[in-house]
Amino acid sequence: MADTEDLSLSRRDLMAAGAASAAIAGAPATASAATPDAPHLAQVTFKVNGQKRSLTLDTRTTLLDALREHLRLTGTKKGCDHGQCGACTVIVDGRRINSCLSLAVMHEGDEITTIEGLGAPDKLHPLQAAFIKHDGYQCGYCTPGQICSAKAVLDEIKAGVPSHVTADLTDALKVTAEELRERMSGNICRCGAYSNIVEAIGEVAGGLSKGEMA
Amino acid sequence: MKFDTPATTNPIDQLKVVGKPTDRIDGPLKTTGMAPYAYERHDALENVAYGYVLGSAIAKGSIKATDVSRAKAAPGVLTVVTAQTAGKLGKGDFNTAKLLGGPDIQHYHQAVAVVVAETFEQARAAAALIKVDYERAKGTFDLASAKDGAPPAGKDNPDTAVGDFDKAFADAPVKLDETYLTPDHAHAMMEPHATIAAWKGDKLTVWTANQMVAWSRGDVAKTLGIPKDNVRLVSPYIGGGFGGKLFIRADVILAALGAKAAGRPVKIALQRPLMFNNTTHRPATIQRIRIGATQDGKITAIGHESWSGDLPGGGPETATQQTRLLYAGANRMMKMKLAVLDLPEGNAMRAPGEAPGLMALEVAIDELAEKLGVDPIELRVLNDTQVDPEKPGRPFSQRKLIECLRTGADKFGWAKRSARPGQVRAGRWLVGMGVAAAFRNNLVMKSAARVRLEKTGRIVVETDMTDIGTGSYTIIAQTAAEMMGVPLHQVTVKLGDSSFPVSAGSGGQWGANSSTAGVYAACVKLREAVATKLGLDPAIAEFSDGRVKLGNQSLPLAQAAADAPIVAEDAMEYGDLTKTHQQSTFGGHFVEVGVDAATCEIRIRRMLAVCAAGRILNPKAARSQVIGAMTMGAGAALMEELVVDKRIGFFVNHDLAGYEVPVHADIPHQEVIFLDETDPMSSPMKAKGVGELGICGVGAAVANAIYNATGVRVREYPVTLDKLLKDMPVVA
Repeated sequence: MADTEDLSLSRRDLMAAGAASAAIAGAPATASAATPDAPHLAQVTFKVNGQKRSLTLDTRTTLLDALREHLRLTGTKKGCDHGQCGACTVIVDGRRINSCLSLAVMHEGDEITTIEGLGAPDKLHPLQAAFIKHDGYQCGYCTPGQICSAKAVLDEIKAGVPSHVTADLTDALKVTAEELRERMSGNICRCGAYSNIVEAIGEVAGGLSKGEMA
Repeated sequence: MKFDTPATTNPIDQLKVVGKPTDRIDGPLKTTGMAPYAYERHDALENVAYGYVLGSAIAKGSIKATDVSRAKAAPGVLTVVTAQTAGKLGKGDFNTAKLLGGPDIQHYHQAVAVVVAETFEQARAAAALIKVDYERAKGTFDLASAKDGAPPAGKDNPDTAVGDFDKAFADAPVKLDETYLTPDHAHAMMEPHATIAAWKGDKLTVWTANQMVAWSRGDVAKTLGIPKDNVRLVSPYIGGGFGGKLFIRADVILAALGAKAAGRPVKIALQRPLMFNNTTHRPATIQRIRIGATQDGKITAIGHESWSGDLPGGGPETATQQTRLLYAGANRMMKMKLAVLDLPEGNAMRAPGEAPGLMALEVAIDELAEKLGVDPIELRVLNDTQVDPEKPGRPFSQRKLIECLRTGADKFGWAKRSARPGQVRAGRWLVGMGVAAAFRNNLVMKSAARVRLEKTGRIVVETDMTDIGTGSYTIIAQTAAEMMGVPLHQVTVKLGDSSFPVSAGSGGQWGANSSTAGVYAACVKLREAVATKLGLDPAIAEFSDGRVKLGNQSLPLAQAAADAPIVAEDAMEYGDLTKTHQQSTFGGHFVEVGVDAATCEIRIRRMLAVCAAGRILNPKAARSQVIGAMTMGAGAALMEELVVDKRIGFFVNHDLAGYEVPVHADIPHQEVIFLDETDPMSSPMKAKGVGELGICGVGAAVANAIYNATGVRVREYPVTLDKLLKDMPVVA
């Protein structure tokens, strides 16, 4: 659609270009559409699990595929590739995101933590150990996303970020089963380990506070 | 080894390792992201190209022309494969529809092309440049209108009858005659169907996600028209299956074809929005149930008819299966009809038959109990049978249904349930309890394993068994540890490779019992070889604490392998105990729901399952199987439905946002109780399956709880709030 000068465009330019392309969306295909362009490449540098990584990527590459295919960090899973399942959850600058919904080139200078950065088989993160103890997984495919999400959830509660089920916005936030279930609902587990996952996270949080039953 | 007489005492009965709630041995790999799934084998090969699948845009008809020229010219594209260029392809024994369509199209999103390119992004972009010119044909997509005139389900699923159902039903003083609808369901496992294929000459290796290694190896060979010996299939980690990965799908065939054409290894993961129409699903059913009973609740007539549909050559959803065996009653009638539908292929999903069958039957029993004014548990107790009702000379090997229901009632506080619906209010919530029986047959399958004692004393087990989240790695390790008298950490388990002995595979809840019985057989042989090598009598030598003992003698196990490792291989095969005895698993599901009095929002508040399923090999993993199945059952009750576009013929909600499955917020804490039981008729393990039992009856228990809460009976799943709204009680 656009040429390589895109890379140097400012945000304002991009918005203007967007308006322009919207205006011509109904126009007939131009000759260039018949012969697709070579990939637009761009360099991006970010930190993954504390290590600086530089990649030259097709700009269409998602953060998820940059991790899985280019850096070969396959702990982050592709379940749906469009933000519906949560299997690709990673932590970027302290916040959890669906890495499939984010282009890698948007993460210049970011600090990314994946499941591999939390722990290893011989040096488990407390959440990883708790998932094993409570059998908070079965097939294991959603598990890295659940664990990355869980880590961010506990940080969010600690930081006082309210959720849809937070009853009182003035009180200190508590780790209740309801809060965990609400906040973890972007991570689907089709094996249905939810009951165990909540217990695993609750244990790492130092026990669940009593909440109201829905 | 042949299992043809009931098991007596054997080394498994020591229960030093087996029967313990051991953490999964694959846990550290899975929780750290180090377990390699099919698409992730950077460790196994280099220079892999990417495939992207194009699905048919019509449900039925043909392709007039395909223009791949723009796709082929696109940057990075190595090859494009269509039916025109693929060469002659066969069809696997386990597939109904072809995996690569064209010129004829059998269902929507049937694969019609694969683009192979240097990168995923290039393959995806190029796939969008393929122009397919279709000719649409008229198809049949609506079960309700195809139902009348549908023929019987075929010789594998004959109608059955005992006594005179029509007369007994007509004469019965209390009658129930209702029809229930269950929709099409998707497996929606988290890992998409995925494969890496690589050729070396005429030898093909596929790293794929598959539950049944030997079946699928055979079907890969058959589809590609190559000898089975030229195919190796590797599937050590599988991101869920639930029946969806029992058979090969388009990913493996198109990866193999793409790799051949490109001259490079190729990897393909089916795109999530393609999966729902491209692969298989649990077919919808229409079920009519008629039950006649005496005034005091004895069933005198029970009839269950079920209609489902599939592509030509496909099979029925066997929803009447459990009704043949679950309750007594002298006069019985079961019928299944199979309509031809041009929807995607219907096939097995977790507890095929019983899962949707019990969603109907166990609501019917609840309705009958209300008509009779009898507690639904008491009605089930009253109509219990300890023999196959169609063949009274054939007893159940074990049947503790009543104990399950009684134990559950006690634990759940069933006595507090109001028999009259709509009576319990907690704030904005109308609260109700529901119960259903769980029932699923126990199947046994031949299964082989190879066991090796290494010089170090380590035991290595190899079998092509798969672990789809079920815990196979762990229970196989527990079995070998128990048999060889070593601690669990001294056992290595290698699974999911067609170069290993053929196992039962993962399906039909036969995996745990059958695959461990195969390991048992191989270990019996290894014990013989070890004892003989050590000069001890194999018949009476004991294996414990890493030693082999007999009388005063006690030798280290490892000593037997001091010169060279000792290898033993055997299979467990089954005689006719499954014919002389009906082997089934039983349970009781208890559910409490809250229904918002104003909005009809439904929330599950509590869930309990009590299961009687033989010896529980690992209570921790088995419990997870059951809570997972309860969760899937909750989905079937409350939200899961593939919505059919009846004009064009496809499932509209073909992704994980449209096809809703339970999320964390939908599921409360879940309780599971296993009754202490062993079943010596099933195998030397005395175990049966639980993975499917857990889903059987859940949907009905939820629906019955909703009725108990509101007084509104919904007979069309899923039970959504719009179906409750118009009949909700007026409350202050």
